[in-house]
Amino acid sequence: MAKKQYSFYPGCSSEKNASASNYMTSVHAMCDVLDVQLNEIPDWNCCGASVGYAGGGELERLILSARNLAISEQEHKGQDVVATCAACWLATRETKERLESDNQLMRDANQALAEIGLKYEAKQNVRHMVEVLIEDFGYDKLGEKVKKPLEGLKVAGYVGCQTNRPFGIDGESYENPKYLDKLVETMGAEPLGNYDKKVQCCGGALAFSEPEKSQAMIKDIIESAYDHGADIIATPCPVCQMNVEIYQDQINKTYSKNFKMPVVYYSTLMSVAYGKGHRESGLDGQIIPATKLEKFAAK
Amino acid sequence: MNDTSKPIDAIRKMSMSAGNTAMIERYRNHFLKEVTDNVEEGEWVNMCMQCGVCAGSCPLGNAWAHPPQEIFMMIRAGKREEVLTSDSMWMCTSCYNCIVRCPRKLPITHIMHGLARYAERLGLAPKNQPTRKFAMMFWDNITKTGRANEVTLGIRLYFMHGFVNGIKTALKMLPVGLSMIKTKRMSPLGLVAHSGCKGKNDITKLLKKAREIEEARMKKY
Repeated sequence: MAKKQYSFYPGCSSEKNASASNYMTSVHAMCDVLDVQLNEIPDWNCCGASVGYAGGGELERLILSARNLAISEQEHKGQDVVATCAACWLATRETKERLESDNQLMRDANQALAEIGLKYEAKQNVRHMVEVLIEDFGYDKLGEKVKKPLEGLKVAGYVGCQTNRPFGIDGESYENPKYLDKLVETMGAEPLGNYDKKVQCCGGALAFSEPEKSQAMIKDIIESAYDHGADIIATPCPVCQMNVEIYQDQINKTYSKNFKMPVVYYSTLMSVAYGKGHRESGLDGQIIPATKLEKFAAK
Repeated sequence: MNDTSKPIDAIRKMSMSAGNTAMIERYRNHFLKEVTDNVEEGEWVNMCMQCGVCAGSCPLGNAWAHPPQEIFMMIRAGKREEVLTSDSMWMCTSCYNCIVRCPRKLPITHIMHGLARYAERLGLAPKNQPTRKFAMMFWDNITKTGRANEVTLGIRLYFMHGFVNGIKTALKMLPVGLSMIKTKRMSPLGLVAHSGCKGKNDITKLLKKAREIEEARMKKY
């Protein structure tokens, strides 16, 4: 099968020594097996994420993503833009759709971009990595690459918010999306069919500014995974991963719990199932070790 | 014979009309127009049918003094100060539940962000609201070099409620920070060596121009 190429927008959290660097490690391992080439957008900048709205107005926020998109059009002609981070994907896709459907905004954006010699024409689609997996490969093809089926591993598919709303994955419902469960199944693991917190918000950026309120929600996300017998939680979003993993000690203190639930990315599961080792799969980035998954990686 | 044939009627009509105009002026709802003109997606506020699905769908719904549908009604009732000084919009986690569930497809998340931004722009946003503070730090952080520096952002966050609270928060967060460093998901080097974008000057220029364009479109109220 020919190599598939995409114009890649990794985003700030994926950088070396940043909070989702382990996500990036597993994405590269997964893409290696799938023969996917990710061409990084040269000198990309931050998308403004969710809380950029306070300091930046509409055009200021849209223009941040428009710069990335304009560079992508220029440097990676004919390729779809792909983001791995949920917030990056949301902000970038929103920019494309808003500018494409509003001539005035598009003129304004291009007037600003002209200052730095760029032009944006909304030529490329903006997609999440999960869409690439499901739409450009499909579950069957993804399953063909599995070397170590993750037999007996019970996975709570925590979809969260921003890969699910407002855009979501084509053909999926907002209230009960199934794609993550299907991916889990494709890797030979066992999805929790009745994980009721799969689209519950973890607080997002408010985990920093409103820790008590956010941790109350995170507690429910983890508790429901335990209640339904999960060994591990898997998610497509870097903020979800971080929020649900790193505050478990604090939540244990506040709520007298004994949580120690590993939280990985879909790409971590896939890398391990595809035969990649501990480090290549980003398992060394787990603050709460994914012990059961590690056993598959060591096989 | 028209109705101003008698001098007394003419005078009465004039004074009534002047009085009416004054009363109408007093109750004219400029705020709805202001929101329509100046707030991102503000033209949608009129379309809210007050069903309350947004309030019921919000993960932090119980933390909002005024849930979105109430904010919409307050805008229509001209409660400018109460809306713009409210901390409600700052409770938005950007989960987009309200958007996908709104029967009339109002872009509620965007309107809430837009209102928060507008309040901030006018200097009316509650100064010590934690998400406002954090969000302003975030914007400052990302626009300085073009990319987020998670280390400096984290440290500024811990100290946002003063030095003593900062030390307390930093100590509370220390185990989390250390485990992030241990797993190479954070590096103290970020304090001194964060390169950001090569085109950071371009980004400064770009944002300056975008703000200029946006400011020029703002209507005065």
